[in-house]
Amino acid sequence: MQHLPILPVLLPALFAVLLLLQPQQASVKFRRVGSVLAMLLNLLVATALLWQQTNVPASHYLLGNWPEPFGILLVADQLSSLFVWLTTLLTLAVAVYSCAGDDEKGAYFHPLLHFLLMGLNGAFLTGDLFNLFVFFEVLLIASYGLLVHGGGKKRIHSALHYVVLNLVGSALFLLALALLYAMLGSLHMADMAQHISTLTPSETLGVKAAAGLLLIVFGLKAALLPLHFWLPAAYSQASAPVAAVFAVMTKVGVYSLLRVFGLLFGASAGALTGYGDALLWWGGLLTMLLAAAMVLAAVDLKKLAAALVLLSAGTLLAALGSGNAQVKAAALYYAVHSSWIGAIWYLLSDLIARQRGSVGDRLVPGPRLPQATLLGWLFVFSALVVIGMPPFSGFVAKLWLIQGLSTTSHGMLLIGILLLSSLAVLVAFSRAGSVLFWRAQPPIASATPTIIPSERTQVFAIVLLLLAGLQLVVFGQWWTQFCADAIAQLTAVSGGY
Amino acid sequence: MELLIAIAIGLLTGCGVLLILRGRTFAVMLGLTMLSYAVNLFIFVSGGLTAGAGAVLGASEQYADPLPQALVLTAIVIGFAMTAFLVVLAIRARAELGHDEVDLQKPNTRGGA
Repeated sequence: MQHLPILPVLLPALFAVLLLLQPQQASVKFRRVGSVLAMLLNLLVATALLWQQTNVPASHYLLGNWPEPFGILLVADQLSSLFVWLTTLLTLAVAVYSCAGDDEKGAYFHPLLHFLLMGLNGAFLTGDLFNLFVFFEVLLIASYGLLVHGGGKKRIHSALHYVVLNLVGSALFLLALALLYAMLGSLHMADMAQHISTLTPSETLGVKAAAGLLLIVFGLKAALLPLHFWLPAAYSQASAPVAAVFAVMTKVGVYSLLRVFGLLFGASAGALTGYGDALLWWGGLLTMLLAAAMVLAAVDLKKLAAALVLLSAGTLLAALGSGNAQVKAAALYYAVHSSWIGAIWYLLSDLIARQRGSVGDRLVPGPRLPQATLLGWLFVFSALVVIGMPPFSGFVAKLWLIQGLSTTSHGMLLIGILLLSSLAVLVAFSRAGSVLFWRAQPPIASATPTIIPSERTQVFAIVLLLLAGLQLVVFGQWWTQFCADAIAQLTAVSGGY
Repeated sequence: MELLIAIAIGLLTGCGVLLILRGRTFAVMLGLTMLSYAVNLFIFVSGGLTAGAGAVLGASEQYADPLPQALVLTAIVIGFAMTAFLVVLAIRARAELGHDEVDLQKPNTRGGA
């Protein structure tokens, strides 16, 4: 059990390489079975890690057994294991979904998915700022490969923008790292937090500059308002399973902000305490407003799903900027819920688009869906979850956020925008649902061959994610306690290691 | 020496940013490469500039901070891989789209290139 923290990084790397070898490479069936089995094993490890965190203090895994703060380390605490678990479950569902045929539209889908999982898990688990950069690059290069999966003009073109943007982001990240190292002499995050508390006022200026750069980098990943423009373009061009797994990519930015800024600019940071909070607060609020407008203006289901991802990112960023522990705990719960529901919407819109022939996922009256009952029910349930109707996870998450915000002096603004955006989502989904399912025309005889029925694996993947969201409510007591503990642990750790 | 290095980093960054803002993928790629050179130099000097000091303890009277050297090595390798990927992607985009523009517009729809 001592080596458990490294397994979520090692296993996906190992499986990715294994999936590239014979006989997996020779037969589609082997590849699919192998990939899903490997994902199940990953989920088992992630669950064990999550379970272990409920009763022990954060474990520091020292690679090569170099003493802290000199060596590279992994930190498995409640926060990181929660994100590892939610990501692993999501990639499992995506792997299952892709087995219906999406994985054969280009080479190496499954190995790339495993590499992406490795990068994501590594980014969540690392306790070292430079390693965070390295794992960002691992997950980014896997995401570049996945983004162009399936090929095509528009996809290649949007990938080009995405790659250039992220390369500039990486350059800024490195500049911030070097500046922080020059100012603090360490890249071990908990150690940096201690150095920050002893800075003289003139030295804080360099740290502030570096933190500003980091804010841009993480804001770019999390799609904070002026840096959000890449998200709808890249996500709506990607193939459905890829877009679904990308729903968790914005959460990496949010997680990094929570971890790095929470540690570095925690209560012990002196003059720098709460640095960036105001920017996140206002940026998050504006992102939410823009996303709410995008939800209403969406012309197809994929754009709607992209607006939802943006909306959840904005909510999370604003919640982080509130600087209140209860709100942050609620945001954690919301992050888990919103990653899954975002993914569900990409998958579901793909299923619906396949059955509408040439109309695709555009929100105009089209032919009647052959599987209207099945998809209709999935649509209703997913819409109820995302709007935040009781008894689903969206309701618990939003209620908890509002409860936490009502105790703060400035929370009213976020409550208002949260409710307003939920209303916008409600309107958009009522409209989309009635256009897609009720205003359908009888099928035209010539259009039927293009309609593809939903495979069992695809429906299973969506149901799996819906059930995962449902158990967030069924075991609500346990999850809310876990999220609150995770935030308490994070704030306690910034005192020392 | 400090001034010289600072000017070099500043020049590389300036040229890099200018090239990234150009409309052709080739120029953008060159700009990103320049930017990564500037970043690498910046990381290298983040441990302080010392002349005639090795990174090994006891080999000379003074010693240089070895960590930025390790970091810059990692950054170079990663930057190299990313640039290689971008080159391949840009060539593919050129083949698929039939032009080298960063925007979707064809060259002849814009005034000048």
